[in-house]
Amino acid sequence: MSVDLSQFHQVFFEESYEGLDAMENGLLNMDMDDIDSEVINTIFRSAHSIKGGAGTFGFNQITGFTHVVETVLDEIRGGDRKMDQSLLDILLASVDCLRGLLQDLQSGDEPEMDTANELKAKFEAILSGQTEGSAPSSNGASDSGNSQSGNEDQNGSTPDGGGEGWFIRFIPEPQLLQSGNEPVRMFRQLEEVSEGKMDVKVFHDKMPTLSAMNPEHCYLSWEITIKKNVDRAQIDEVFEWVIDDAEVHIEPLVGTTLTEEPAPASPAEVEKPSDLVTSAAKEKVPEKADTKAAKKPPSSPQTQESSSIRVSIDKVDSLINMVGELVITQSMLGQLGQNFDISRIQRLQEGLAQLEHNTRELQESVMKIRMMPISFVFSRFPRLVRDTSRILNKKIELVMSGESTELDKTVMEKIGDPLVHLIRNSMDHGIETPDKRVANGKSETGTVKLTAYHQSGNIVIEIKDDGAGLNKEKILSKAIENGLITEDQTLTDEQVHDLIFQPGFSTADQVSDLSGRGVGMDVVRRNISALNGTVEVESFPGKGSSFIIRLPLTLAILDGQLVSVGDQTFIFPLVSIVESIQLEGRDLNNVGGYSDVLLLRDEYVPIIPLSGTFNLNVESKTLEESIIVVVETEGEKIGVVVDELMGQQQVVIKSLEENYKRIEGISGATILGDGTVALIIDISGLAKMAGVSIKHLDASTIAA
Amino acid sequence: MGAAEETMEQGNGTPHDELATEQYLTFIMDNEEYGVDILAVQEIRGWEEATPVPNTAPHLRGVINLRGTIVPIIDLRLRFNIEAIEYGEATVVVVLKIKTDKGHRTMGIIVDAISDVYDVPIEDVKNTGMGDNANVRFIKGLVTVKKRMVILLELEKLLTIDD
Repeated sequence: MSVDLSQFHQVFFEESYEGLDAMENGLLNMDMDDIDSEVINTIFRSAHSIKGGAGTFGFNQITGFTHVVETVLDEIRGGDRKMDQSLLDILLASVDCLRGLLQDLQSGDEPEMDTANELKAKFEAILSGQTEGSAPSSNGASDSGNSQSGNEDQNGSTPDGGGEGWFIRFIPEPQLLQSGNEPVRMFRQLEEVSEGKMDVKVFHDKMPTLSAMNPEHCYLSWEITIKKNVDRAQIDEVFEWVIDDAEVHIEPLVGTTLTEEPAPASPAEVEKPSDLVTSAAKEKVPEKADTKAAKKPPSSPQTQESSSIRVSIDKVDSLINMVGELVITQSMLGQLGQNFDISRIQRLQEGLAQLEHNTRELQESVMKIRMMPISFVFSRFPRLVRDTSRILNKKIELVMSGESTELDKTVMEKIGDPLVHLIRNSMDHGIETPDKRVANGKSETGTVKLTAYHQSGNIVIEIKDDGAGLNKEKILSKAIENGLITEDQTLTDEQVHDLIFQPGFSTADQVSDLSGRGVGMDVVRRNISALNGTVEVESFPGKGSSFIIRLPLTLAILDGQLVSVGDQTFIFPLVSIVESIQLEGRDLNNVGGYSDVLLLRDEYVPIIPLSGTFNLNVESKTLEESIIVVVETEGEKIGVVVDELMGQQQVVIKSLEENYKRIEGISGATILGDGTVALIIDISGLAKMAGVSIKHLDASTIAA
Repeated sequence: MGAAEETMEQGNGTPHDELATEQYLTFIMDNEEYGVDILAVQEIRGWEEATPVPNTAPHLRGVINLRGTIVPIIDLRLRFNIEAIEYGEATVVVVLKIKTDKGHRTMGIIVDAISDVYDVPIEDVKNTGMGDNANVRFIKGLVTVKKRMVILLELEKLLTIDD
């Protein structure tokens, strides 16, 4: 074939993974006693598209395996087979197996077929256990499967056999090739179906002269005679994608036509049209793909992680609308500017206001493109909970809500692993074994609740279990053992709970497959902090615990508080600000002559002068005149001294590292309304710097 | 800005000479002429106030907004430990885009004034042997153009070394 299909592999893989996700979801949501036909149809369709795609690209391992899966699914769909737990397990295992096969193929390896063969054998055993209910031929089961899947939009397909064979007249429209259909491929498929007992006659009477020929058009038509009793549905399936672009007549073959046809049916004969097509298509642009697969531009096959996102057409439409409005406003302003006089200042102001409005709306919509529902992450958890509860011998139900909450794609990609960890943790450490639960007067089945919602510009994800809660004594003894605290330290509940986020901390009695390897909560916290988020834990002994993750909606935009120090402007992330106070007459204590501490209600809050920490060479106000911005980082409060508070605004975060390097205490930069650059303060970095500088001072005084 | 257009034009041209030559944009600093590879020059701008970045070396004058990108600006006088002067009319920022192992990096250098563009035959560039002059590491070589010495700068080192 002249077209390199490998360029579409990536699309196929992406679609197949999506299909597998859909299958998995469907299987997990299936009510075994009362199977919803919509659910089973979805599962079936996914399997069928994977099979079809794999066939197109010649991934025979996948086609072969999916075929049996599909057969079983079809029997379930037809009501010929009852769904039970063991079958469900095998089907789920085959989803995993297919995913593995696809991954192998994607990375260019020879797929590992052991599991697939094992599962295939199981399926075949299941199938052979029941011969009744499907077509009698050896591949009858698959035939009926194909027929039912394929004939949604077919004209009058009859499921009965074709007597002695079939006569097919196939007259494609010239643009057939442009929709990504390849007659040669179809003939090969037919050849397979008919086991080689097939004749193909090509008609090239419509072929124009070379100069008039459009290489992208198909000028040929064919007559195909299949001299074997095959299922009509199998033939229909071959032409399934082209019926809109071609005239296809399929007639049962009667004895006379059969004998009239020239005898030798061989692959060589079939190749002939292929040669013709190939030469006709020599200059064909390689934009050929299965129409179903061509929805998305293919990304480069080397990138393992796809860097494309799917955007709903609504979002794109609204963007186009807004750009349209922007263009209108621009031309309006342009006209106004051509013959401007002062009397039209009112119009100008209106126009500018409109421009501002348009721009802001446009910015918001563009940001929304990156937003995706969190269900992309959540969807993998039902499976996780199901499998894990098996391993743990616990009965656990997962309740999810707020799956449609939208979140930036970058954040989403990075939150998956921490969530997996927290959920496993809840199941492993939180939920008790069924007998223990019953003994404690709870229902046998434990519940893990996964909730997502928006709260004041943040997304909050809660993982709540109704298990035993955190074991305070165990945490304390472990912490003492690990030297994190000393025995005589008294800690508040909150501080105890916080210990589980310390590096190398694990209370698991035994290192299990799931958790307890001591790499865990600290990594979770670190990952979440890296996203500018926080994680907290609440625990009620005997009633359960909940982990609450707060994340910014996007990494690209930040709600900022502008402050000034001397003539310089800095930006504090609004989320980290607890309050801002004026010092006048407040309790300010000086510790050891260097660092100041503010008594704020019942807490002593260390004070950091921004100008000092950043060594700004500016004349700033005295401490009494200044404003103290109290910020919270990692559970600690610090007061940062600035000269003045300015406005609050949303700022677009720009990287300093891109062209320069990371600066301690600065998380990035942004561009203010007047085009100048302002730096965004990294609160935890600032706290660290202040701590360091105090130590330095101590050291120098000792040395002196 | 006329200078920028002119230099960009020349930068895109390929030398047809038999001799391998490189084009250098030169500028004046403390009465010496320095040259940078013209293909690295992105644009030439007038000096505008930059936002200082805390706790950085004095030669980093700050960062500016270059059409949405944050670009650090280095004062080349301070970088070379030459006495600083007041910025004036002729003071310009040469924005350079160089390739590093981490991708492209854009930076600006503040120089006293732009001078000229020269074709320099590669074989005419002389290596420097100036001992332990701290600035030698930033210098690619010396070349004589119109009986004047031009110091050719090694941009990768100039823009990545940060001590």
